[in-house]
Amino acid sequence: MSKMLTTDHGADKSVVDLLRFLLDTEKVSGVLTLRKTNTSGSLDYGLLTRSQELDRAVPLMPVMPANAAQSLSLITPTQKPIAVVVKPCELRGFVERIKREQGSLDNVLTLSPTCGGVIPLDTYIKKSKDNLTKDYYKQVKAGEIPESIRPTCKACEYFVPMTADITVSVVGEQNLDSKCRFILNSDKAVSMTEGFGSVENGDLDAKILDDHLKKREKEKKALFESIKFKQDGLDGMIDVFGKCIGCHGCSRVCPICYCLLCDFESRNFDQNVSLFEKELEQKGALRLPPDTLFFHLGRMSHMSFSCVGCGQCTDVCPADIPVASVFKKIGENTAALFDYVPGKDVNEDIPVLVFKEEEFKELGE
Amino acid sequence: MDKPNQNEFKPKIVGFLCNWCTYAAADLAGSSKMEIDSALTVIRVMCSSRVDPNLILTIYFNGADGILIAGCHPGDCHYGKGNYFTRRRYAQMKQVFETLNLDPGRLQLSWISAAEGNRYAEVVNAFTEKITALGPNPINQSSLF
Repeated sequence: MSKMLTTDHGADKSVVDLLRFLLDTEKVSGVLTLRKTNTSGSLDYGLLTRSQELDRAVPLMPVMPANAAQSLSLITPTQKPIAVVVKPCELRGFVERIKREQGSLDNVLTLSPTCGGVIPLDTYIKKSKDNLTKDYYKQVKAGEIPESIRPTCKACEYFVPMTADITVSVVGEQNLDSKCRFILNSDKAVSMTEGFGSVENGDLDAKILDDHLKKREKEKKALFESIKFKQDGLDGMIDVFGKCIGCHGCSRVCPICYCLLCDFESRNFDQNVSLFEKELEQKGALRLPPDTLFFHLGRMSHMSFSCVGCGQCTDVCPADIPVASVFKKIGENTAALFDYVPGKDVNEDIPVLVFKEEEFKELGE
Repeated sequence: MDKPNQNEFKPKIVGFLCNWCTYAAADLAGSSKMEIDSALTVIRVMCSSRVDPNLILTIYFNGADGILIAGCHPGDCHYGKGNYFTRRRYAQMKQVFETLNLDPGRLQLSWISAAEGNRYAEVVNAFTEKITALGPNPINQSSLF
């Protein structure tokens, strides 16, 4: 049985209170959380070191202005202890980055909610925020999948954080406005929260989460069916990726794509006129900008097994390509080859850096 | 000599051969005067694990009809364990192609040791036959890619 800490305030306030407690008692020297940038409601991630800065904090807001995994790489490893409030997929993304030596969980206390999903940035910016979050929480409290969230969030089966020190119970919590339950998953969590409230034995409600998982799995099936993978081969790929303008935004916001110089932006892909001439001679036409489909296939074959399905790539795509949905499907298949679940265990190596002698015997004709 | 039939499809196949095993096997097959189909263009690499997915994709998008990656048998790698990594990468690459239905049959991984000149000729000829049956790479037929 895990340890559980219950407060008599709403979830948002309780998390802020806990962060304030950690800062005031100097158990941490900084906290990373979502916060309001201005009164019109725009958001960013902030690393806050003074407790009055927490007045702006909205740690559980269902918006992802950036995948925090990238931000965490900037501020870790850290000598001074910090607390971070991130979504489960951001935490998984960060774990994947740590495996690639892009950060560390040392001195980091991780808080993560059971995630109801994230509202696309575009929707969040354009629509009335109050109504949007009101509807969102109404459905989350009931254990339903909110209508407004990202397609990949609807289809996400990893909404319970895998490696968080403290899990904040959100999904299916009827009394989210008046009560908050923190599950303390590690000894660190227990010692850090000592003095904040009374701790008892308790855990997440497995029944509610199971029911919710079934709904997500159903959505996932529908999502994959909505993208025609198997039918058309190359023509199908053109249907999906033909709109690509080659901005590489998807890889820029991807928590996994950490390379400072992506191969696709390197001199390797400087275009050579003689290549074009050959292609023109052969086909009589040339697509410009070139190599867009190549780019997506290249990303898939380099990092899809680590895809955490956060949906940030779809969010930023100016051409409305469902990048994340395709990557989720591909990633699921490539990760399954190696019995790999991205972000599950920080001590596990990424699949292309290890091998077993007794595997894939069927390969090699 | 017979004039080759203009309409007959002659595939272009690119092979990445490991310097220590398969490339030597190709040498052996040649010096033993075995018949090897001329469809294969050989690129010598120091280890089959050097073949990055982007190399395969470069060749695929430049219109090769088939791509062969060949190295030492698992356990016999000149560098100890390079080909185990090749195998994992290839499995992943093939899975991407399978999921998207992009003719995964155009990719092949083969283990051929330096002593297997015979086997080299067999593998190359069989793969060429397979690709000939598959027909030209659709990449070559559309300017949309």
